[in-house]
Amino acid sequence: MLELRDFSVVYRAPGGEVKAVNRVNLKLNAGEVVGLAGESGSGKSTLVYAACRLLRAPAVISGGSVSYQGRRAPEPVEITKLHASDLQRLRWREIAIVFQSAMNALNPVLNVRDQLLDVIHAHLKMTRPDALEKASALLDLVGIPRSRLRSYPHELSGGMRQRVMIAMALAVDPEIVIMDEPTTALDVVVQRDILARIVELKDELGFSILFITHDLSLLLELSDRIAVMYAGQLIEIGTAAQLHHEAAHPYTMGLLNSFPSLHGPRRDLAGIPGSPPDLRSLPPGCPFLPRCGYGTDACTGIDMNLAPVRSSSDPAHVTACPFVLPDTPVPERARALVGQPDLEARP
Amino acid sequence: MTGIEIESAAAQRGPLAMEAVSLSKDFRLGRGQTLHAVRDVSFNLYQGAVVALVGESGSGKSTVARMLAGQERTTSGSIRLDGQPVSVATRRAFRHYKSQVQLVFQDPFGSLNPAHTIRYHLERPVRLHQHKDSRVQVGKEVAALLEQVRLTPAEQYLGKYPHELSGGQRQRVSFARALAARPNVLLADEPVSMLDVSIRLEMLALLDDLRKRFQLALLYITHDIASARYFADEILVMYAGQIVERGPAEQVTQQPAHPYTQLLVASAPDPDNLGSALRGGSALRQPRLEATGPATTGCPFNPRCPFADDRCRQDNPPPQLVSALRSAACWHLDAAAAGVLAQAQERQA
Repeated sequence: MLELRDFSVVYRAPGGEVKAVNRVNLKLNAGEVVGLAGESGSGKSTLVYAACRLLRAPAVISGGSVSYQGRRAPEPVEITKLHASDLQRLRWREIAIVFQSAMNALNPVLNVRDQLLDVIHAHLKMTRPDALEKASALLDLVGIPRSRLRSYPHELSGGMRQRVMIAMALAVDPEIVIMDEPTTALDVVVQRDILARIVELKDELGFSILFITHDLSLLLELSDRIAVMYAGQLIEIGTAAQLHHEAAHPYTMGLLNSFPSLHGPRRDLAGIPGSPPDLRSLPPGCPFLPRCGYGTDACTGIDMNLAPVRSSSDPAHVTACPFVLPDTPVPERARALVGQPDLEARP
Repeated sequence: MTGIEIESAAAQRGPLAMEAVSLSKDFRLGRGQTLHAVRDVSFNLYQGAVVALVGESGSGKSTVARMLAGQERTTSGSIRLDGQPVSVATRRAFRHYKSQVQLVFQDPFGSLNPAHTIRYHLERPVRLHQHKDSRVQVGKEVAALLEQVRLTPAEQYLGKYPHELSGGQRQRVSFARALAARPNVLLADEPVSMLDVSIRLEMLALLDDLRKRFQLALLYITHDIASARYFADEILVMYAGQIVERGPAEQVTQQPAHPYTQLLVASAPDPDNLGSALRGGSALRQPRLEATGPATTGCPFNPRCPFADDRCRQDNPPPQLVSALRSAACWHLDAAAAGVLAQAQERQA
């Protein structure tokens, strides 16, 4: 449905170009949930916003293509070359975005009903009574009582605001919904409730989801496929099961070892030492090298192209690291690099 | 806690440092309405031990921290430090108290002054609390502080402004600033929740290291019960201003007794659960949780509780002992936590 090829975005800055997104290839199929994981500053939000042409200068799409194909657009559309008017029809109607902070993305001086009506009238030809009915139905969909139609954003709780955001994204029946950290600011209980609702809606309405978050544990449970992003590049793509059990890239392994799990036995946690690189002056080869426990001199020479994991039977499980395999033993040196890893046992 | 005597799982780590005795805090909302933000909360902090306060936003956990830090008056109840009742009535007393009890804030982006360098942030508390005046001494101390939070080489960071640092580095500066007062008690209010997942663990390991090195009594406030499992000795679960369950971290997270704790644990993402309800489509069919806030009469959790009956809607349950180290405030523990009770009895027998 959505395919990015060699997609690159740079921010033009006085001190040089910041390569925020570097030659990304990613596909989103119909009805699929694809997760995009990465630290803050890894370029994951830039990637999807740029793909929808939502970024203004100094961000520039410096190469590659984004093609979209859907039920209402049987011929592939090249988004990077669309005119403004076509773009307007495409956004929201075909690809809708749930933005990160519901607090700031809703208009504080309009009530929920007017904001929903705005969207509906902008994209669909509907009489006012029909549109009103549709707005009410949307609230039903996300589990908010209809009496809240006249509420203003500040009168709603964080979870409710996020639900309104989701209702707005779904207002004109889009084919793709991009969710940018939709639940990060919420409590676990509310988060779970909203995610469950999103999944239900996806099955009911049949849209695809591109889910962006830095919380890999969440993605493992939610998505069909996961793409891991580091320093503007995708470094591993695989199914949730593949990433969980046979993660091939050292960065993915590090991420998996970073979150304490609540279920199952306590394991040793390692985390990832160091901090992400400066995107203005990336060293040649692998950007993860300074933080990588497996790193060798050969790593400065690799081209970061995604290639199938050699030990995997599935050619769709790809990694940017040509050296490390899921069962490669961790070198002694890596332990030292990590520092004081395990929190001692507690009663 | 009224009525029952409970031992703390954190007690074996070290001597008692701080006691919160029946703390309550009401906020007046106007029009005669009152919000009971914290209700009858009691717990102890011990040197070298971590007590985690877990709860959702609005449960009152930050208010507890602010009261302990002396930044919020208590409506009732008392705070004792090293056995002495705490008084922050005068400026002098407040400053003295602050040199023993320090608070680390959640947001490293908002809690450092953007107009000042790191040097300024650290020199001030060193001068104020350690009463060092000579420039050489202060400089030495500041460098040592940065060393302790592993911002090395120190000279590289001293002249920088907060915006030049990453989130993790900024939070390290916050830790260093709190340590500058040489406190016995450190109150950490969601110290890692604004940071990236990959950095959180390193920060928790750092906090743990500091706790060990300085025998700090640490209160770790979080909404992430999974991190509390790894990090804390004792977990206190708060809901609507009350402690609804408490006990050793591993026991509370693995066999939660209170229905709310059970809900919390069930809601945490579980990566091992790949075929989870979330992906099966028939996602967990629960009543819409969020539409109902805490109840004002009876057990605050009753609108969301599967075990709720008339008694729960009328009377607020007092905490009841589950085992020597654990308690939970629920009328229906025998139904909600049958397995936990049976095990506790077995251990006693």
